[in-house]
Amino acid sequence: MALALQQLINGLALGAVYGLIAVGYTMVYGIIGMINFAHGDVYMVGAFIAVTGFTLLAAFGVSSVPFALLLVLAVAVLFTSVYGWAVERLAYRPLRGSSRLAPLISAIGMSIFLQNMVQLTQGARVKPVPPMITGGVDLLTIDGFTARLSYSQVLIVLVTAVLLVAFTWLITRTSFGRQQRACEQDRTMTALLGIDVDRTISLTFMLGAALAAVAGVLVTIYYGVVDFYIGFIAGIKAFTAAVLGGIGSLPGAMLGGLLIGMIEAFWSNYLSAEYKDVATFSILILVLMFRPSGLLGRPEVEKV
Amino acid sequence: MPPLVSVGDAPTLVERGRDAAGIALIALLLGIPMIGLSTVDQSGALRVLTRWPLLGVFVAVAFCGRLLLRYALDRLKSRLRTRGRQAAAASARHGRVLTAVGWLAFALALVLPLVFADNRYVVDIATTVLIYVMLGWGLNVVVGLAGLLDLGHAAFYAVGAYAYALLATQFGWSFWAALPVAGLIAAVFGLALGWPCLRLRGDYLAIVTLGFGEIIRVVLVNWTELSGGPNGISSIPRPSFFGLPFAPSGNAPTFASSFGLEFSPMHRLIFLYYVILALSLLTNALVARLRRLPVGRAWEAMREDEIACRALGMNVTNVKLSAFALGAMLGGVAGVFFAARQGFISPESFTFNESAIILAIVVLGGMGSQLGVVLASLVLVLIPELGRDFSEYRMLLFGAAMILIMIWRPGGILAHREPTLRHAAAGGGHA
Amino acid sequence: MPEASAAGGVMPLLSVENLTMRFGGLAAIDDLSFDVPAGRISAVIGPNGAGKTTFFNCLTGFYKSTAGSVRLNHPELGVLRLESLPSHQVARLARIVRTFQNIRLFPKMTVLENLIVAQHNVLQQASRFSLAGLFGLPSYRRAEARAVDKAVDWLRRLDLIDKADVPAGALPYGTQRRVEIARALCADPLLLCLDEPAAGLNPRESGELNELLLRLVKEERLTLLLIEHDMSVVMNVSDHICVLNYGRKIAEGTPDEIRNDPHVIKAYLGEEEEEEEEEDAAGAVQAKAIGART
Repeated sequence: MALALQQLINGLALGAVYGLIAVGYTMVYGIIGMINFAHGDVYMVGAFIAVTGFTLLAAFGVSSVPFALLLVLAVAVLFTSVYGWAVERLAYRPLRGSSRLAPLISAIGMSIFLQNMVQLTQGARVKPVPPMITGGVDLLTIDGFTARLSYSQVLIVLVTAVLLVAFTWLITRTSFGRQQRACEQDRTMTALLGIDVDRTISLTFMLGAALAAVAGVLVTIYYGVVDFYIGFIAGIKAFTAAVLGGIGSLPGAMLGGLLIGMIEAFWSNYLSAEYKDVATFSILILVLMFRPSGLLGRPEVEKV
Repeated sequence: MPPLVSVGDAPTLVERGRDAAGIALIALLLGIPMIGLSTVDQSGALRVLTRWPLLGVFVAVAFCGRLLLRYALDRLKSRLRTRGRQAAAASARHGRVLTAVGWLAFALALVLPLVFADNRYVVDIATTVLIYVMLGWGLNVVVGLAGLLDLGHAAFYAVGAYAYALLATQFGWSFWAALPVAGLIAAVFGLALGWPCLRLRGDYLAIVTLGFGEIIRVVLVNWTELSGGPNGISSIPRPSFFGLPFAPSGNAPTFASSFGLEFSPMHRLIFLYYVILALSLLTNALVARLRRLPVGRAWEAMREDEIACRALGMNVTNVKLSAFALGAMLGGVAGVFFAARQGFISPESFTFNESAIILAIVVLGGMGSQLGVVLASLVLVLIPELGRDFSEYRMLLFGAAMILIMIWRPGGILAHREPTLRHAAAGGGHA
Repeated sequence: MPEASAAGGVMPLLSVENLTMRFGGLAAIDDLSFDVPAGRISAVIGPNGAGKTTFFNCLTGFYKSTAGSVRLNHPELGVLRLESLPSHQVARLARIVRTFQNIRLFPKMTVLENLIVAQHNVLQQASRFSLAGLFGLPSYRRAEARAVDKAVDWLRRLDLIDKADVPAGALPYGTQRRVEIARALCADPLLLCLDEPAAGLNPRESGELNELLLRLVKEERLTLLLIEHDMSVVMNVSDHICVLNYGRKIAEGTPDEIRNDPHVIKAYLGEEEEEEEEEDAAGAVQAKAIGART
């Protein structure tokens, strides 16, 4: 029981991170109908900026954790969204209107480029970050096993919840949200109505990158290790989460993220940790086979 | 009064400067966290390292580069406008030129190891290029002809390689016996993957095939009893020259002794080169022939419009499965050769990067174009090789090249498509 | 022929009974019953959004209808129930071949290749899992030559022969429409369903289309079913017209009957303009239809 509770907590925290990345996939897919293949690497860039940020603040002797956290979040979001912008500008915009494959290839190129750039400029070795948020609450002890809710897990879930609310508001209530949804439905018509479609798409990439940056910061705090390869696996899992939840749906992405996180946590603990990635991919395949519109997505009627 | 709308005015110097300054600002923002700052591990704790001069150089390069690029593009655009139409006439001759280039490439490939008989490096690289050509031609069936986006081709490559490695090390099968069997095993895996993917379209298919590739790799890493885990399988037997091994003369007859040659390790390399050349030519002949058959036309038609295919009574399921199975089989055969050439395989060789490279070869070459695959393999294998002097930049260059080539030619380097049959050629036309 | 129905007393090739198609709560087709007489030209007309294309999609197996049945009296196979067949079987077994409102050619393939692909099933059988084809056996080569002959024959008859080697996507719109019809004809249809064949054609081209349709019925004894907005085509060639509005059949009959049907006029002109019923109905229908197109 205590063990299960612990897995539930771990799964929630992990799932929240996947969910944040998944929102970026879902928004970009919604607006241009394509997978942003470099999104996982944008998240990795965010995590590296967090590592540098925390180290820098520590060097300057900043000891207030909330202040350091807020500052690093802000800086990571700022710089990472520039990366999001650059990905769209270089790998997607020049290829808009050509075949579906071309932007996919350029995005894969972008992903390889980012990974190797980070490896070159930041080093190939794993970066250890000293734990900043320690401690937690013991919830339940049964048979000598104590389920523990750490403060960093609380932070992850809280930040994610706040961002999800903020994003839902942004998409459903603001003028940008309306423009964004209009572009999703019909880009030509939106442009005819005098809305700058390019700007809307750029902003969507930047927002996705901003959320990925937050995920990167949270992961840095939670796990304390970052390397240049984390973007790939996290990216696929987050994409799986987006598909599971129903691509194009914001709450769906979050729900998918949480489910993937939990499945991974429980699978690692009760079945086998080595095959946890196989579990995720199998879920992806099963969902796409039997419910391609995902849990919360609207079923797509084939246009004939 | 200035005109309300002006067309074709060249931007002023100030405008150019402002544009370049914008790019420089972006470069600065991109560069600060990655170039300007870095962390190093010092006795267990991280320390920040600054590289501001390097960042300055980067931003300056971005500024000047943007200025020059814009200028060059504007010049190019105005020149293209003046002579736009010549391209159309040229494309008619395209087909014949390409055929000639193809034969020339074939002739060069035939004599290459004879010319470079002492140059181990060249023959090795040429063999690598041919492996990618073969992989590219296999994937070309799936992606280029059938239009199914497959990001997990390395999985079939791995299946072929491991099938041969296991058959050879566990059961003592020879290379030539294992070749077709491993190909068939890979084809079965292709069907197994193809079946669940039948209903998926475009990007979803891409991500599922990617997932499948990762599943295979994770299984290979973890199923130690079968695959040797991360250590892989070593001492895989090399192919012999129809029973004659490539070895220093001993008691048993060897290749060198039978032909009265002095033993040289180059013999095996050259032999391997010709084996993969023959395998890829066979692949090419097969695919080129299939393209002219109903199944090949069905692949292309499905790529063009799946719904129209169904409306014409085509069983799209079978068409897709046949493409998957054939592509997987060809990938598996390439895997067998890879295992036999290396003598050692591990899951490291079959990562997602490998799948991405093979897909890049197909798409960069020009979807469906067999010669394009050759060109793209050359480019993609040689770029990292040329970058060997500064080897850490290899993959960086590779990624950048993928982006740039796509922007330059979204249809691939050779986007020309040769019809599978012509009315005029059949003598029926008055044209 | 005692029955003086609109079908003109001809045995129906296709009978649609109580067909219903719902998307969520919305019934795109609502309890539609309708017969397509063999060897005639039938047309389905109706304002935009009346459910015409949805009807075609149900008929050809692209949508699974919510309720109702579609039966085909196949000359060799007897009665086939189409609602349970997947789309490719509708074309292959039932030999119902369709064209699309927004032309669906294989744009990078040449016109001739498009027409050869339409004969895929015949050729695939002749190639015996591609083996006969791979080895170039004479049986396959003969089959391919026959397929090419058939394609060339249709290209000649539709005046497309000089375009045989041109990629289909490079042709002008009106020509693409003709290629799509030629391709459908190569698939050897019993029933040819044309979804707005005259859309985007100029008056001369739509006149030629009229002739072609009449010729197909007369010479090939084909049965045609059209969806059309262009009243000059519908009224001039159809033997039998079914009018849909909001997914329901509101009238059925010969062109003359339809022209004077008050429900039809109301559907096209709207309820509040009922006083205009006295005007020349046919002219009004036509004017409205042209207005809808432009």
